[in-house]
Amino acid sequence: MEDWYPLWLSLRVATVATVIAAVVGVGFAYLLAKGRFRGRSLLEAVLTLPIVLPPTVLGYYLLTTLGVNSPIGRAWESLTGSPLVFTVPAAVIAASVSALPFVVRTARAALEDVDPRLEAVARVAGHPEWRVATLVTLPAARRGLTAGVALGFARALGDFGATVMVAGNIPGRTQTMPIAVFDAVQAGDQATARMGSLVLAAVAVVVLLVVAQTATART
Amino acid sequence: MTELAVDATIASGDFAVSARFETGPGVTALFGPSGAGKSVTLAAVAGLLRPAEGRIHIDRRLVADAAAGVHVPSQERRIGMVFQQAALLPHRSPLDNVALAASGRRRVERRALAAEWLERVGAAHLAAAPTRSLSGGEQQRVALARALVADPALVLLDEPFSALDAPTRVQLRRLLTDLVDERHLTAILVTHDLEDLAHLADRVVRFAPGRTLDTLEVGEDGLDLPHLLSDP
Repeated sequence: MEDWYPLWLSLRVATVATVIAAVVGVGFAYLLAKGRFRGRSLLEAVLTLPIVLPPTVLGYYLLTTLGVNSPIGRAWESLTGSPLVFTVPAAVIAASVSALPFVVRTARAALEDVDPRLEAVARVAGHPEWRVATLVTLPAARRGLTAGVALGFARALGDFGATVMVAGNIPGRTQTMPIAVFDAVQAGDQATARMGSLVLAAVAVVVLLVVAQTATART
Repeated sequence: MTELAVDATIASGDFAVSARFETGPGVTALFGPSGAGKSVTLAAVAGLLRPAEGRIHIDRRLVADAAAGVHVPSQERRIGMVFQQAALLPHRSPLDNVALAASGRRRVERRALAAEWLERVGAAHLAAAPTRSLSGGEQQRVALARALVADPALVLLDEPFSALDAPTRVQLRRLLTDLVDERHLTAILVTHDLEDLAHLADRVVRFAPGRTLDTLEVGEDGLDLPHLLSDP
């Protein structure tokens, strides 16, 4: 395979998307794990949607949300002078949304597993709630949080459907690795398809090994 | 020299307990069978649960009143707490664990105070040890230091010795009695262990499932065992 641009783009998109999904996802996970409010189940369902929806449907909704006629699309265009859809930032958004539920679900389970007595001790010692979170809850859940972020990265790296809908398939611009594999198969270019698939599978295996290691390791 | 007055119904899930007692300095044991509601009562005193009905006063200050919607947060109740398992932060050293409980002071002061308290509970040598490597008794010493470092008005102990072996339990009971006498602490001890009562309690609040029965002063002659163990 001669053209490494798709892999390079995929890694960049997945990295930025993972950072976004990690921050937003852990925030939502904390809310779901600790919050008691109306609509919690609904919020959880909405955050899980990207796992269960067909990627094309997710892509369609994103296209509607980010398109040139949407408020977000218009705001982006007035700020940058060009539309948001069919750009690398659009690919980042698609990958973030796809990765989000993996971060939320894994992180939520980890946060719920934190011994409430640890938090109680910090609370009676006078620490405000945000400090209880940063001092106790998040560090105690760090293994689960790491696993969630790693899974999110693997998912972001592998996204096809949502990305192709909102970012398109522009070789040298928005064509990520999974899309390049699709293109290569369509074009009968077996060598590129094989190489691309192998690289993506290898990265996924590494990530899953890291997750397994994190889950069992004692610190 | 803190006084505590509880007259409240506290619910946790499907369970509810009606607790009514007043107490002061020294060790007050909340005594009764498992599942009677002792720990739930303790959690409400700490502000970790809100009573469904009634009120709680700490030093005549109203800290919880269900009807009036008063709920002073745990952070402002000046409480030290020790659980059955020490619940130390595994990713922090024993010294850090104690220092972090002395919130509201400067870092240097916190650490100096923490070192002083580790010394007082006979755990100075453990200050920098890996927290996970501590034995049960060592962890409870550190947990005691952590509970006392901020000079709390009330010390709440939830079966602090029940997971320890007998010799360690004897040592830690002695440590606790010394600290209570020396610092004039007001301590509330949840237990179903008669030995805890015999060695530690100045007063016993008897619990039956879901309610308190009465409060017994432990006099010169020790515990009134027949009464203590009588059926409600």
